[in-house]
Amino acid sequence: MTWILDNVGTIAGATWAHVLLALPAIVISFVVAVPVAWLASRFRRSRFILLLFAGLIYAIPSLPLFIILPLVLGTSVRSLVNVVAALGLYGVALMVRYAADALDAVSSDTVLAATAMGYGPWRRFFAVQLPLAGPALLAGLRVVAVSTVSLVPVSALLGVNSLGLLFTDGFQRGIFAEVLAGIVATVVVAVVVDLGLVLLGRLLMPWERPAMMRGLRREVEDQAMVTA
Amino acid sequence: MIEFRNASKSYDDGTLAVSDLDLTAASHEITVLVGSSGCGKTTMLRMVNRLVTPTSGQVLIDDVDVADRNPVELRRSIGYVMQNSGLLPHRTTVDNIATVPVLRGTSVRDARKHALELMEIVGLDRSMARRYPWQLSGGQQQRVGVARGLAADPNILLMDEPFGAVDPIVRADLQRELLRLQAELGKTILFVTHDIAEAIALGDKIVILMKGGRIAQQGSPAEIMASPKDDFVTSFLGLDGARSLHVDGHLVVDPSGRPVGRLA
Repeated sequence: MTWILDNVGTIAGATWAHVLLALPAIVISFVVAVPVAWLASRFRRSRFILLLFAGLIYAIPSLPLFIILPLVLGTSVRSLVNVVAALGLYGVALMVRYAADALDAVSSDTVLAATAMGYGPWRRFFAVQLPLAGPALLAGLRVVAVSTVSLVPVSALLGVNSLGLLFTDGFQRGIFAEVLAGIVATVVVAVVVDLGLVLLGRLLMPWERPAMMRGLRREVEDQAMVTA
Repeated sequence: MIEFRNASKSYDDGTLAVSDLDLTAASHEITVLVGSSGCGKTTMLRMVNRLVTPTSGQVLIDDVDVADRNPVELRRSIGYVMQNSGLLPHRTTVDNIATVPVLRGTSVRDARKHALELMEIVGLDRSMARRYPWQLSGGQQQRVGVARGLAADPNILLMDEPFGAVDPIVRADLQRELLRLQAELGKTILFVTHDIAEAIALGDKIVILMKGGRIAQQGSPAEIMASPKDDFVTSFLGLDGARSLHVDGHLVVDPSGRPVGRLA
């Protein structure tokens, strides 16, 4: 415990570094995965190939990727760009399938109605399909976000600063409290990012909130019926 | 005026949805396409706003081939009302109605103001304005659909089984409202339904369709009812059954002797 109190500054710094690696990677995952998913959902034949490719990327072990990627990008192994790129790659691989399913799930009747109203293809995508895929996209992005946050510590093996350094350092020096602090802080970061996404979702998709309350109300009514 | 000239639509698998359709829908009238499923009526409707492209033949609006018009601009100039209303689930009532004017460049503020007026015209309370589609009843959703179809003040209104999914009482109500609106607005309406009673109730002209998109008979409800061309039309109208009525004293009775009305 004393270690934690003595090293609050280190923990805070590592947490901040952790967030700075995870957030850009999460944003990249979303921004890259959505157009790829659009291709997969728009052109049936490309779907299989794209999703297979995404699956293969996700199957690459993380440590080798951290080491191979600099050869492709021309960065150093320890550069933040390298770490963010690797995390982003996994995020994209995971997100593409979620996003493709989310876009596919938008009611074709609604898309037809939008076309009949006189939406052009681009406007229809951004004003109708994307927002209606929103709830499913958000569900996928939450998984990607938590998975990214928990993948960041691997980069500590390369010596990049994040909460992962608390693991490696704590193990090497036999300080249990340091390892524990790393674990707890990682979980806290994951939960905070997840909550942030949920709040962002409510803000951007106001039509969904009442639907959720409707679900709650139905549960309450069901319970009331059971009790009665 | 909407005019189909030898319009056909066949699909890659060889099914013929519409074959050699020649049909004119006069301006300011309600023309009803009626037939059972598979008669190509929805396909015909969608040829007008280029959601479907004819394999051969033409569709003309006021003597201009729709194929020569930009599809997006064309659709913005034609009202479209579909079954289950086709409302955008993430937009409120007022924004759903404002959709087409906003697409055409009207400011959101003006479009919403006009949308509120339209709500009144189609018989929706203003308190519904901020509601999302799922918060409305089926009948209210259809009213929003009609208001949206009218919002850009189009000359033409395409209606694809707009009242198909609501219960009979609400449907009768919506039909009456449509006739009331039409008496005021005088749009050129092409209306698709599988319900012959609806066709008779609404149509200035009825077009009875057979499988494969062929016309069995067309004319005013009175003309068709008075002289059905063949057995298909007779049975489609129910003239060999429920609509084969006779007078028994002051009562009008159906073939089984059940009263369906009274001579006034």
